[in-house]
Amino acid sequence: MSAPVLVAGVGVISAIGNNVAESLDALESGRAGMGDMHWLDSIHRNRIPVAEVNLSNDQLSSLTGLDSTITRTALLSMVAAREAIEDAGLINIPRLRTGFISANTVGGMDKSEDFFGDFLPDHAKGKLRDIIHHECGSPTELVADQLGIRDYITTISTACSSSANAIFFGARLIRHNMLDAVIAGGADALTRFTLNGFNTLMILDNEYCKPFDENRKGLNLGEGAGYVVLVSEQVAARLKKKTYCTLSGFSNANDAYHQTASSPEGTGSFLAMKGALAESGLQPADIDYINLHGTGTQNNDISEGTAIRILFDPDYPKMSSTKSFTGHTLGASGGIEAVFSVLALEHGIIYPNLRLLTPMKELPFVPETKFLKNLKLKHVLSNSFGFGGNCTSLIFSKY
Amino acid sequence: MQQKIYIRSSENISPQKTFGVESLPSEVVEYVGDRLKCIEPDYNKLIDPKLIRRMSRIIKMGVAAATVCLQKAGIDTPGAIITGTAYGCLEDTEVFLKKMIENREEMLTPTAFIQSTHNTVGAQIALMLKCHQYNNTFVHKGFSFESALLDAILLLEENKMTNVLAGGVDEITDTSHAILTRLGLYKQEQISNRHLLSSGSKGTTAGEGAIFFTLTNQVSENNEAQLNSIQTFYKPGNVSEIEKQIQSFLKENAVDMSRIDLIITGMNGDIKGDEIYNQLNNSLLKNKSQIQYKHLCGEYPTAAAFALWLAGRIIKHQTIPEWFEKNNAHQQPINRVLIYNHYKGTHHSLFLLSAC
Repeated sequence: MSAPVLVAGVGVISAIGNNVAESLDALESGRAGMGDMHWLDSIHRNRIPVAEVNLSNDQLSSLTGLDSTITRTALLSMVAAREAIEDAGLINIPRLRTGFISANTVGGMDKSEDFFGDFLPDHAKGKLRDIIHHECGSPTELVADQLGIRDYITTISTACSSSANAIFFGARLIRHNMLDAVIAGGADALTRFTLNGFNTLMILDNEYCKPFDENRKGLNLGEGAGYVVLVSEQVAARLKKKTYCTLSGFSNANDAYHQTASSPEGTGSFLAMKGALAESGLQPADIDYINLHGTGTQNNDISEGTAIRILFDPDYPKMSSTKSFTGHTLGASGGIEAVFSVLALEHGIIYPNLRLLTPMKELPFVPETKFLKNLKLKHVLSNSFGFGGNCTSLIFSKY
Repeated sequence: MQQKIYIRSSENISPQKTFGVESLPSEVVEYVGDRLKCIEPDYNKLIDPKLIRRMSRIIKMGVAAATVCLQKAGIDTPGAIITGTAYGCLEDTEVFLKKMIENREEMLTPTAFIQSTHNTVGAQIALMLKCHQYNNTFVHKGFSFESALLDAILLLEENKMTNVLAGGVDEITDTSHAILTRLGLYKQEQISNRHLLSSGSKGTTAGEGAIFFTLTNQVSENNEAQLNSIQTFYKPGNVSEIEKQIQSFLKENAVDMSRIDLIITGMNGDIKGDEIYNQLNNSLLKNKSQIQYKHLCGEYPTAAAFALWLAGRIIKHQTIPEWFEKNNAHQQPINRVLIYNHYKGTHHSLFLLSAC
């Protein structure tokens, strides 16, 4: 049951880059992806910064071969999923039982919004092609069909921890010998629905977000996709390339405190991290880097920080929130940050937590603010917490 | 499966009088039209009235079915809560979307947005129970419930817990019904659900439901049935591929078709989609005792949960109500039931159950 699950490939697209190489370059040079709204058509343009992918739907369409009129979530998903598969060299391995486990929070909502504008005044109006991909399962199927994956496909939606749970579930399908390889992660495009939703909650910063800063004012929404290719040891042996690392630990817990707010003591976060450590057989002191959930909201950062203090005190690993680069990409964030965690291990690097000027006074630790390299990292923890109390932690380890 | 998994309890809010009954309903509720609506219980007896006020219909149905299901199993806090929902919380999604468009993104309030996320039902159950355990929500169209059930089975096989709450919830709203009608899913003629399956025309009738199960790896005389296995397959090329999938599913479970006492299929009255079942009835399923269920609950992505509920109850109580039309006389005792369901010809699933 505890046979290792290896990470054989990674793929990512976000506001800081359209692939792994561009993302690494931005992370090293401290180049954040936030800015004025360019693609999203909202009255909040020029008022609320967002972290948009630097490509139009037409450009994404020519990059992926998918129709430009389908949901942007599928287009983003396709870019990152294909990069991950190509990176792993999975295409050349015949007769694999391959799965695609994806995640998102609002399916094809970017198109549903357009549909509803016409549909509301007259139910006979609205282009049907804009509503047929409303369901969360749709982007997953559009991409799975394009990739030719049929053996197992499913979609998970647990708010901001969605894609971490997709990776977790994919790893278990391999451990149970149901699949040989799984492309797992998630995607979300910016929508007016989510932007306005978070805006009503008054947790959007009208400047660039400052995770774990005493004066943080909220999060910036972003978009993107991130996927890892998970394989069994047997498949890893057949690949031309060495695998990156193992997914050594994973755990899912519920905060059971409030539909949107996290508990002050971070019960769910604490249990998720503790559970992931137990699964991997590691002690807190073994963790070299935590890729924080770190949204930049008052509530998340104190809750997550408190859970880390309880679990790790007094020996704190390096930590940072890469949401200070990508914004909060919701259903994609667990996938994107899993990719960043794998790359941190692989290259011995730690990313800076941007715009952290005043450390939080309640916490005895301060996230890393500089790009660090030439490190020997063995174990990296990635946190993803969401609405509904859904908390998931993943641990990636050198193999 | 490495160890035996059982259905310990089940609860079903559906367009039939399924909620709160010990065995199976004594009659069929008749509907004329293209929409079967859930018969909802009196929530005041089941959920804290302070909470009910804020909950949308799907959340109330889900939380009520889950609560009673756990009570029946005598479980305070399950080892995991896993939900399958294709559509999620449509009502809250529509409320927020409508206001956002009508008010041009201004003067909005957060409540509907907060409750629109797909994991709301699972989250609300956890919140009510103060359950910090594993919590997951699958949202993949006609695989949503099946994925949730697979996750539950795997957790029990991993021996991390002794019971799991898993279910399927989906609602129909006026808006979703209007849109799905435009997409051609439903019948154009007014028809009684009693005659749905023999209608011989295009389209089906809309349905909905909130159905939860507690699954366990512990033996108990209260268990309803053993859940031997489930399997899904996606976009099979033709009926012979479906036959192969069914045969290999039975083979993996070391069961011959002759040992299956009852088959439940997902016929929904759509002449095109039912063609698959008709072809199978002339080949692999020929002369097998068979019942259908979608005239009872309507067609919706997580409808297979209704079939699983039905199979468990039939095995436990060893009875098939008189009001079921049976293709062929069924065997007694009913020790093994096979469910084959497909959703829009895309998502196919198989379930095998047996007596404990």
